[in-house]
Amino acid sequence: MATEMEIIIHYVDEYIRVLIVSLRALKTNKIRSFLTMLGIIIGVASVISLIALTQGAELMIKKQITSLGGKSLYINPGKWGIGIQNDAIRLTDKDVDEIQKLPYVETVAPILDMPKQIIWKNNGWFTSLVGSSPDFVQLNDWYPSRGVFFNQEDVSSINNVCVIGETVVENLFGNTDPIGESIRIGKTSFRVIGVMSKLGQTTSGRDQDDIVVIPYTTFQKRIIGSNSIDKIFVLVKSPEQLQSAKSEIRLLLRRVHGISTNEKDTFYIKTQVGIVKTIFTIANIMGVLLGSIASISLVVGGIGIMNIMLVSVKERTREIGIRMAVGAKETDILIQFLVESVVLSLIGGLIGIALGITVSRIATQITGWPSVLSIQSALLAFGFSALVGIFFGVYPARKASKLNPIEALRAE
Amino acid sequence: MEVHALKGISIEIQSGEFVSIMGPSGSGKSTFMNILGCLDRPSCGQYFLDGISLSQITNEELANIRNSKIGFVFQNFNLLVRTTALENVELPMIYNNTPSRQRSISAREALSIVGLDGRENHYPSQLSGGQQQRVAIARAIVNNPSIIMADEPTGNLDSKTTSEIMKIFESLNKHGKTIIVITHENDVAKYAKSIIVFKDGSIQEENYLKNSRRNGN
Repeated sequence: MATEMEIIIHYVDEYIRVLIVSLRALKTNKIRSFLTMLGIIIGVASVISLIALTQGAELMIKKQITSLGGKSLYINPGKWGIGIQNDAIRLTDKDVDEIQKLPYVETVAPILDMPKQIIWKNNGWFTSLVGSSPDFVQLNDWYPSRGVFFNQEDVSSINNVCVIGETVVENLFGNTDPIGESIRIGKTSFRVIGVMSKLGQTTSGRDQDDIVVIPYTTFQKRIIGSNSIDKIFVLVKSPEQLQSAKSEIRLLLRRVHGISTNEKDTFYIKTQVGIVKTIFTIANIMGVLLGSIASISLVVGGIGIMNIMLVSVKERTREIGIRMAVGAKETDILIQFLVESVVLSLIGGLIGIALGITVSRIATQITGWPSVLSIQSALLAFGFSALVGIFFGVYPARKASKLNPIEALRAE
Repeated sequence: MEVHALKGISIEIQSGEFVSIMGPSGSGKSTFMNILGCLDRPSCGQYFLDGISLSQITNEELANIRNSKIGFVFQNFNLLVRTTALENVELPMIYNNTPSRQRSISAREALSIVGLDGRENHYPSQLSGGQQQRVAIARAIVNNPSIIMADEPTGNLDSKTTSEIMKIFESLNKHGKTIIVITHENDVAKYAKSIIVFKDGSIQEENYLKNSRRNGN
């Protein structure tokens, strides 16, 4: 009587034997085996690298957008999307102070803006004049590359200082260093204390560097002569708190501005959540799309395996006959050929994973896109190639197992 | 129109016999052999092996019978070319789940019986025709079957090697194996105890030689 241990050892032994037999068969036709695997290799490598790069791109978008976009909201007076409105609320410094006290809020900055002509010496340039607080840099994650941004002291003292964008530098100053120079806006003269780093254009084509930023108090006193504010930019502590913060701010504004319960809001709060969601949806669609295309190449690779296995069955008909004559059952032959195609696709899968990792590393080096390599995607690709091996191996293996032993023995 | 490869055959072969089957090509001797060897089933009629009718048996059971009760030897040896002599002889034991250590021991024994000690790791291409046929015989006997079937076993061999191979069959028969050999050479047929001659799918004559058990009936 064999003990359980002996039986287990026997089965492990048998699996190793079947594996050795199939490896030997594959080794006999090295080039053919390799070419057969190539389909799977390319398929798996493209799946792996595409997943890595898509996830990397997602990560990059997340870093760029969620950090601010996912946490920021704008308060605008008036109803959503309508021009001049008489019943719109007038935002003031007081609103800014009140919102700052709310628990979910991290930073608040008032924003005033107006297109303005600015003059340096005899040069004039039409640009966007913005008034804000020192938190402007943090809220926009945008910092000066030269000089400094104005501080709280400048705001409370209503100083005539300004920070300018690169486009303004180019068009107004040319090669002159603008720091310390005086520019004129209307009748007031401002001292340039900093230049913002270059941002480039937005996706909608607006030049973000065509800007002059001054303290909002200065904007109120020297430019418009009132204490009103165009909009308020709010940063909440975390993306999860965005909706709570939004409803809190809404209630606060309704209370402060005395909007009665049966009246509609005369202001609107805009978030970028929608945009972020859309971008992620697009990224996901791209990922699925590219993944499907890569999967097609896996299927094509599988068909390659089936093709070559059919050739192999044909070539080894006599071997099958011999095996049957000495007592191989249909299942023995079936398993032998199935193992061969699975081994073929699994080796292809492993090489494909290695190649995919290499390709995504190289792509990261060249494009600077991050790539995220996960165990899951490697396992997925490996499992998928095993499935391909089984699926496309069954037909040839069945064909082999159904051979008539007499005819098989007669084959050349 | 139906063609009958065999017709009107009624024959009994006792265990321990040594039978030669002769006849011109197309006489039905190979078909007869395929049925006896469980590679084929008769389309009608009965075949009893060890008292069991094999007409209704499944393919899997036929494979098991080929594995345990029958050993084949072919004219063209039919060895697996990319495997060594030892592995060729081990082949039948793979299909009855003999543990690998036992396989190796039994295969070496079988090779020793046919006089191939020291050739275990040779590939078929490194062996002469006679040696290859010895490997095939070792493979046929390794599972200790009661019947050895040989289809023109000496067809590709010279006369000296032929007699060596036939002596092996003779010796196996002395040790109790039933031997059935298809041949068209009288020199080969004479090793048997009885000769069956086929013609046009029927048995034309049966000759009893030596001390065949059927001879005494």
